[in-house]
Amino acid sequence: MATINEKISEEIRAQARKLLEAKEVEAFLGYCQGSLPMTARPFVARTPEDTDKLVWNSFCVLNLANYLPALLKSLEPPRGPRDPAPEGPLPRAAILATGCWSRNIVIQIQENQVDRDRVVICGIASRGMVAQAKVKELFAGREILKVVEEDHKLLVSGKGFSEEINRWSVIRNNCLTCIHPDPVMFDVRIGEEGGQRKSDNRFADVEEIENKSAAQRRQWFEEEFASCIRCYACRNACPLCYCPTCFVDDAKPQWVGKSVDQVDTSIFHILRAYHCAGRCTDCGSCESVCPMGINMRILTKKLTSDVLNLYGSEAGLALDSPLPLTTFKQEDPQDFIITEQPADKGGE
Amino acid sequence: MNVYKFDEPGLAAWINKLLETVPVYCPAAKGEKCGTHPGWKKMTEVMLPGTGGPAGSSVKTFYFPQPEVLSTCSLKKNDDDGLLLKEPAPAAEKQVVFGVRPCDGRSVELNNLPYAEEKLFQQNRERTVLVGFSCSEPASTCFCQATGGSPYGTEGLDILISRQDDDFLVEILTDRGAEMAGEGLTPAPAAEITALEKLRAEATGSNENCDRLKNKDMAALYDAAFWNPLSESCLNCGVCTFLCPTCYCFDIQDEALHGKTRRIRYWDSCMFPLYTLHTTGHNPRGRKVQRVRNRFMHKLKNFPDRFGPLSCVGCGRCVVECPVNIDIREVVTDLLAVE
Repeated sequence: MATINEKISEEIRAQARKLLEAKEVEAFLGYCQGSLPMTARPFVARTPEDTDKLVWNSFCVLNLANYLPALLKSLEPPRGPRDPAPEGPLPRAAILATGCWSRNIVIQIQENQVDRDRVVICGIASRGMVAQAKVKELFAGREILKVVEEDHKLLVSGKGFSEEINRWSVIRNNCLTCIHPDPVMFDVRIGEEGGQRKSDNRFADVEEIENKSAAQRRQWFEEEFASCIRCYACRNACPLCYCPTCFVDDAKPQWVGKSVDQVDTSIFHILRAYHCAGRCTDCGSCESVCPMGINMRILTKKLTSDVLNLYGSEAGLALDSPLPLTTFKQEDPQDFIITEQPADKGGE
Repeated sequence: MNVYKFDEPGLAAWINKLLETVPVYCPAAKGEKCGTHPGWKKMTEVMLPGTGGPAGSSVKTFYFPQPEVLSTCSLKKNDDDGLLLKEPAPAAEKQVVFGVRPCDGRSVELNNLPYAEEKLFQQNRERTVLVGFSCSEPASTCFCQATGGSPYGTEGLDILISRQDDDFLVEILTDRGAEMAGEGLTPAPAAEITALEKLRAEATGSNENCDRLKNKDMAALYDAAFWNPLSESCLNCGVCTFLCPTCYCFDIQDEALHGKTRRIRYWDSCMFPLYTLHTTGHNPRGRKVQRVRNRFMHKLKNFPDRFGPLSCVGCGRCVVECPVNIDIREVVTDLLAVE
């Protein structure tokens, strides 16, 4: 019997073929099979024949919204920087979107990076993606040559071994605490509607670090980021990072040192996280792509928790939800404002 | 050079003796906290590598440490070194890197081609002793033989250890290696040395891919149709270049603090737009497809045309760690198919 993901893959292929054949879209952004076990490759289908390659599985860890602004731009007829925009509707693209990916698309629309009318969102309820690193850790010292996915288990095999593991036991940490697995906005639903998911305390890992002393937190931070090689995979995998020139790449003026000096690396990671405050959907792309196994996601998660506590807002849940950092409300916490007269010296 | 034979306790004792005399580095597990060389840790107890496959990070961090200080200067005119560039004293302290695979050893030889006259690289080469471990069972992502290497290869290594049933054959390959090996070791029997050499001869790869690529027309490869779809998924991050043992590009910057300056060298990546950005603002490789093409063309065509071998040792790190599964083995196949 076909697994859930096989059925979804079949639906994706049919949907993509339909959209491309009807010329409703010029490109369909999805995944195709990777060359290694537990990999899936982001893939743009442009012809009905291409759609045969599309797949869906638990290893689609990279947030596809990351490609959306550039893909839409590439579909526009070429024009110079001063030329007027072409008349009439521009070509459209379709994209697969799980809960967090769809929230990122919402943010891209809110931030004017993506035109809602040019996107066909094919929503899929996420069942949680598998952390390749967790599987590899379970089989440390043995090379995994094949992983077959069933609905609730993975069959992992290699030279001289073949074992079954529980799929949920190797799900990424961000998926484990996710409460929005279902797409928040879509034009076409693929697969079944996702149920509600609850998490007792989704910020437990943040609190664990918050509860440390300042010295312990500093030590944790220095150790966690010591092996960073500044490859910027975390930044480049992030759908929030669409600036044409990132502050770390700026040369005139230069904001931050370029080498793996600890201070420079720290500045990069702290600023990267702050640029995502109130925008991050905890999609986990950054953590999934890090070649050094650094958990930089905890920084953005801390900010997600702060924004939730301070402004009661979560990123990208609806097109008309206010962007927390560009919206002022009278009742916003204002503890940070330095008053002329400190409160304890006879202020009001 | 000499070949010695150890049993496991004997090898452990020999390594322990090394640990007492010089800093020894060995591969760290992914996510394990490291010091100045990400992916490598100071070895404190004997740990023998498995049957095959490279360490997570390449040995280039020992040859191109970053940041590497090229010169210092004081901005205060009255200081002794006021407004004068001073080179730091050459690094001379010996260091041993243990558990290096033949692919990484070979990478040092390949990097030595463009860096033959570069002082700092040569200094680091002089002070670094590579203790290799041959791969009896390479990983499925390894393709050293397709690049002209061998899982038993000795190029670039100072010592190579090969498992032989429960024992180990230790080949001393250079004077640096001999110095570290010490004396009073048990020579390996001649028959076992011959057997190892036979194994090596059989396992040595071919330069066929390299020769065929050299014979291809550069412009035809450059214009190949596959570059566009290939580069579409690329994130333009630096994972492949920074993990690659034969990517050796760097950038230089001057840093100033409290009246002291230093000129440093650190890794750069041709995947980054800043890499080719001119002062004028023009960028000759401003588009992603141009950068992706350049990286592969450099390794598989330009470098061989200029220096002979491919600038790839087949370690497979880029294949394993690429966030979007861009696979250089497929790129080689695609390039070979270009007429």
